[in-house]
Amino acid sequence: MINATVSALSASLAAKELSSVELASLFLDRIAAAQPALNAFVTLDPEKTLAQAKAADKRRARGEAGPLTGIPIAHKDIWCAAGWRTTCGSRMLANFVSPYDAYVLERLGAAGAVNLGKCNMDEFAMGSSSETSYFGPVRNPWHPDCVPGGSSGGSAAAVAARLAPGATGTDTGGSIRQPAALCGVSGLKPTYGVVSRYGMVAFASSLDQGGPLGKSAADLALLLNGMAGFDARDSTSLDRPTEDYTRLLHSPLESGSGPKPLAGLRIGLPKQYFGEGLMPDVAAAVEAALGELKRLGAVTVEVDLPTSDLAVPAYYVIAPAEASSNLSRFDGVRYGHRAQDYGDLIDMYCRTRAEGFGAEVKRRILIGTYVLSHGYYDAYYLRAQKIRRLIAEDFARAFERCDVVAGPTSPTVAFKIGAKTADPVQMYLNDIYTIPANLAGLPGLSIPCGFGRGAGSEPSGGTGRLPVGLQFVGDYFSEAKMLGIAHQYQLATDWHLRAPQELKA
Amino acid sequence: MSLGLDEVKRIAHLARIAVNDGEAAAVRDKLNAIFAMIAKMQAIDTAGVEPMAHAQDLMLRLREDEVTETDRHAAFQKIAPQVEADLYLVPRVIE
Repeated sequence: MINATVSALSASLAAKELSSVELASLFLDRIAAAQPALNAFVTLDPEKTLAQAKAADKRRARGEAGPLTGIPIAHKDIWCAAGWRTTCGSRMLANFVSPYDAYVLERLGAAGAVNLGKCNMDEFAMGSSSETSYFGPVRNPWHPDCVPGGSSGGSAAAVAARLAPGATGTDTGGSIRQPAALCGVSGLKPTYGVVSRYGMVAFASSLDQGGPLGKSAADLALLLNGMAGFDARDSTSLDRPTEDYTRLLHSPLESGSGPKPLAGLRIGLPKQYFGEGLMPDVAAAVEAALGELKRLGAVTVEVDLPTSDLAVPAYYVIAPAEASSNLSRFDGVRYGHRAQDYGDLIDMYCRTRAEGFGAEVKRRILIGTYVLSHGYYDAYYLRAQKIRRLIAEDFARAFERCDVVAGPTSPTVAFKIGAKTADPVQMYLNDIYTIPANLAGLPGLSIPCGFGRGAGSEPSGGTGRLPVGLQFVGDYFSEAKMLGIAHQYQLATDWHLRAPQELKA
Repeated sequence: MSLGLDEVKRIAHLARIAVNDGEAAAVRDKLNAIFAMIAKMQAIDTAGVEPMAHAQDLMLRLREDEVTETDRHAAFQKIAPQVEADLYLVPRVIE
C-alpha cells in the first residue's frame, strides 16, 4: 500500500477496497513513527486531516469522486492553508495561522484531496539542504547523516520514506528538482505562470513556481492536473486553456511505437552540464540513463548553453533583490513575530526582524538591499535581467536542434549535514544545473536514474549508496510531453521504485 | 569590491535588521565571498540586450475598477501582535 502510486490508490478507493480515512490514518501513523528520525514535517493536525478524509469518503458515497478524491497529500509549509499554522520554516511565522487557503490548496481541496500535514523546508525556501529551518534540519531517508536537499526537503523526504503518496513543493532555483534528485523521487517545476502563486509565501516572485513531488512521472501528471490553472489573484498567472497533463504518458511522440516509444526524440546534451565539478558517479548514472533513452528510440545531440556559467551569479542578484523587497512585509505589525522589547517604531522593526529571521535569510536580504540601493541598480539587477535574457535565448537556440535538454539535476549525491553550511557559495553551486530553467521560466523535471557513492568509504562510516537524479528541461508548456518521456523511461526501468532499505517489503 | 564594516551596518539599517559589531563582522566576510562570485557577471558584454522580467514578456492584466475584497478585518486582526479598536498598534510616531 505504501508503495502504491496515486492512480493505484485512487483505483483502490474507487473499488471500495479501502476508505480515505483508513488511507490517511495509515500515513499519519507512518509520519508519527518517522518524525523523530527525519523531521520531515513542521505541523501535523490529525483531527483536521481525518475530517477531510471523512468528507472525501462521504463525497465518494454521493458518487462525486474524482481521481484525487481521498488522496492524502503533504504540503510544503510555504502554502497557506486556512486554519493551519503556516511557518515557511521561520521563527518569523512560527505563530502564523493562515486565515485563508492558497489557490493550490483551494484547488486540491475542491478535488477532494486530503491535507496530510505541512512539510519542513529551508527558511523562506532559501537553501539547498533544508538545514536553515527554524524547526531543525530534515534528514535524508537514505542516510540519516545526509541532507535531503532543499528547499522542499521535507516534501521530498516524505515521499521517499513513503510517508505520503505525493507532495507539493516550490522551486525558485531548483527547490523541487534538487531535493527530488537527492531523495530518489520525481519532481516537476512547471513553466513559470502555470501554477498560481496566490497564498504561497513569496521569495523571488519572478522565479517562484509551485509543483508536485511524487514517486513517478505518471503521479506528477495527476497531481499537476490538480494544481495548475489560471488564477486572477496572481498577476503573473497565465490564462491558458486547461490541460490534461496525463494525455501524453502513453505516447509522448507521434513518431514512437512498440519497443521504440521515443523514436524521433532528439535529446540535447549541453556540454556545460557535463564539465568540471560533476561527480563521476553522478555522470555515470546519467550516461547510463541516456543509454536507456537511446534504446527506447531517442537520439542525442550536443547543444551549447554558453551563458549558463553566469546563471548562478545572476540568480544571486535577482533572487535576493526580490526577496529583500518581498520580505519587507515582515515588520511585526500585522502578523507573525514581534520583538518583546523595543523603543521606537524603527527599533521595533529592526529587533523584530533580527529575531525573526535566520542567518541565511538575513544574508540574502542584505545582498538584495545592497544591489537595489542607490547607484547600484544598473550594475547588478539590470545586468542580471539582461543575462537572464541571454540564458533564455541560449535555450531557444538549443530547442531549434532538440526537443528536450537532459543532464544531471545536481552535481553530487546528498552531502553530509553541516558539510556546506559554513560556505554559502559552495551551497549555492548545488543549483548550478537547475537555476537556468528558473531564469528562463522553462519547465524542469527530475527523475531517479541510479545511485552514487556518498561521502566517506564503506564500510568505515561512509554514507553508502545515494540516489542520482536525471533532469529534463523542456520548452515552454511542454510538461505533458516531458512527463510522457519520463513515464516511458520509468516503464523500462525501476529506479523510481527503489525505496530506502528499511522500507522494503 | 569589498564591503567594510560600516557599509554592512548601513545596509542592515536600510533593511531594518539590527546587527551588533560581532554579527556585522561575521556576515561581512560571507557577503564579500558572495559578491566575488556575483562579480563574474561583469565578464560578459550586455550592451543592447533587452532585460527580461517575465519569460512570456507578459503585460500586467487590467481589471474592472470595482470592489472585489470582502471585509475580513476580524479574521486578519485576530493574528496581529497588538490590536485595539480595530486598529493595529505600533509605537508612537508623532509627538
